[in-house]
Amino acid sequence: MRLFRNNAWRTLACAVLLVVVVVSLAANWLAPAGYAKQYREATDAAPSGQHWLGTDEIGRDRFARVLYGTRISLLLAPAAALLSTLMAALIGGLAGYLGGTWTRAAMAVTDLFLSLPWLFLLITVRAVMPLNVTPLASVVVTFLLLGLLGWTSAARVLCATAGSLRDSDFVRQARALGVRPLRLFWLHVLPNLKPVLYAQFWISIPVFILTEANLGILGLGVAEPMPSWGSLLRELEGLVSLGEEPWKFVPLVLLAVVVTSFQFVLSEQQEAAA
Amino acid sequence: MPRHRQFASSALLQKIARHSLALVATVLLGGFLAAVLVRLAPGFEVDERQLDPRLNSESVHALVQARAAPHNIFSFYVRSLERAIHGDLGTSISLGQPVSSLLRERAPLTLRLVALGLILSWTSAMALGLSAAWLRTTAYDALTTVLSGTFLCIPAAVLALLSVLWNLPGALAIALIVFPQVHRYARNLLAKAYNLPHIITARAKGLSESRILFWHVVPVVAPQLLAVAGVSVNIAIGAAIPVEALCGLAGVGQLAWQAALARDLPLLMNVTILVTLVTLLANSSADVIGHVLRSQQA
Repeated sequence: MRLFRNNAWRTLACAVLLVVVVVSLAANWLAPAGYAKQYREATDAAPSGQHWLGTDEIGRDRFARVLYGTRISLLLAPAAALLSTLMAALIGGLAGYLGGTWTRAAMAVTDLFLSLPWLFLLITVRAVMPLNVTPLASVVVTFLLLGLLGWTSAARVLCATAGSLRDSDFVRQARALGVRPLRLFWLHVLPNLKPVLYAQFWISIPVFILTEANLGILGLGVAEPMPSWGSLLRELEGLVSLGEEPWKFVPLVLLAVVVTSFQFVLSEQQEAAA
Repeated sequence: MPRHRQFASSALLQKIARHSLALVATVLLGGFLAAVLVRLAPGFEVDERQLDPRLNSESVHALVQARAAPHNIFSFYVRSLERAIHGDLGTSISLGQPVSSLLRERAPLTLRLVALGLILSWTSAMALGLSAAWLRTTAYDALTTVLSGTFLCIPAAVLALLSVLWNLPGALAIALIVFPQVHRYARNLLAKAYNLPHIITARAKGLSESRILFWHVVPVVAPQLLAVAGVSVNIAIGAAIPVEALCGLAGVGQLAWQAALARDLPLLMNVTILVTLVTLLANSSADVIGHVLRSQQA
């Protein structure tokens, strides 16, 4: 019964994610005017038939911006997660498989990265990059940084898993048969790391979505006029009370729903990784 | 001294030595990376005052000389290290003040915020985790899980904004950010501990809840909770950036944010190294205390 209930929640979460992804991909048809078009006669307008979620302070349609922002966050967070998982597989997996000094060196670097608060590390590296980049470049830089710096905790798990595989019977037999180390890693160890890789990939997505939102609110994320959940949430900064303009909370609600859905999908992945 | 005691104390000393080595390595490596980033950052040798048309060529030349640095990164690093040993962490480009005095001014507020936030988050997480383990009611457990899950799905910066909206203190915002992470682990650990056979037996024999908690549950969960404590310090310090930046609190987090916006790399690097040292120290202390507890149990 409990298993059925858990599966029902996961199915619902998957359905929600699917709907959000499909709707955001259809942004070009649902909001053909685009995210940057300004309606100068209707700045900071309340929701209406023309603008379902109203307009922002310079007259851009909020519904269009939410759709395009969702698309950017939902497409690039998985891309960053893929990059970080691949890096973790290469660094953690290879170090765990090689063992000895390699494992110790890789874990020392990983521990160093892990001891650094995530946001401090990100804003430090982001500050080294030019802040006056084009909007498209800012999107790429933001998610590239997330991917390049977010591999550490996954590398730790993969290092431990690869270490246990190194001493398994089938790897020993392959080694005794004369299979070369890199070929052994590529053909025998890496395929066995797949369940952990999948789990780490899924775990990283909501983490990156939330981190991008934090960076965006702090003004260090995606540059204007490109929308993302982070830049959309910056509008909350000027609010005086919660009930004043509730439609401004739509990006936050959407983000919370998506992250919650990922948590439900993740519970299965985490069980698989355990 | 018995042989096993000697073995335990030498293992503890080894652990402390390893952590100390890690701290020193972090300072040296982190310092080197910082020096590389600062030295290679675009416009490092340029002072915007050079563009001031009122300055004559001698003044511009003096500014260029003042900004000139060794082209070799290693000698630049050694010079920076020498200055740092004498307490000179450089001058902030954006604020025009010595970095060390900026850190001295702002660190107390951040430490107070982080400490209060940690106390609040741990108290609430442990209270909810313990009450769920005692009550064993599915509805109550689900309610507390949903509560912490909700905070987990909201970005830290939004929680900071909401705390401004509701006039809540900054420490509470940090507590709300740390709480779900601590609660998730504490709840699972406590639920597992209360299902251990010897604790079920103790309950069946009618031992008081406080005696069960302090004599049987705490020794089981303390080492793992200590590990979580180390991680929670890391989360709380990270949360200080959005909370201080958005709540207008003049702490180290706000300083880091301002430095990032102004691309003030010398300041940002020093703040980051300092924060890394604090978190490493917290994690190392948690690890050493956990080791002592485990060896005492063994």
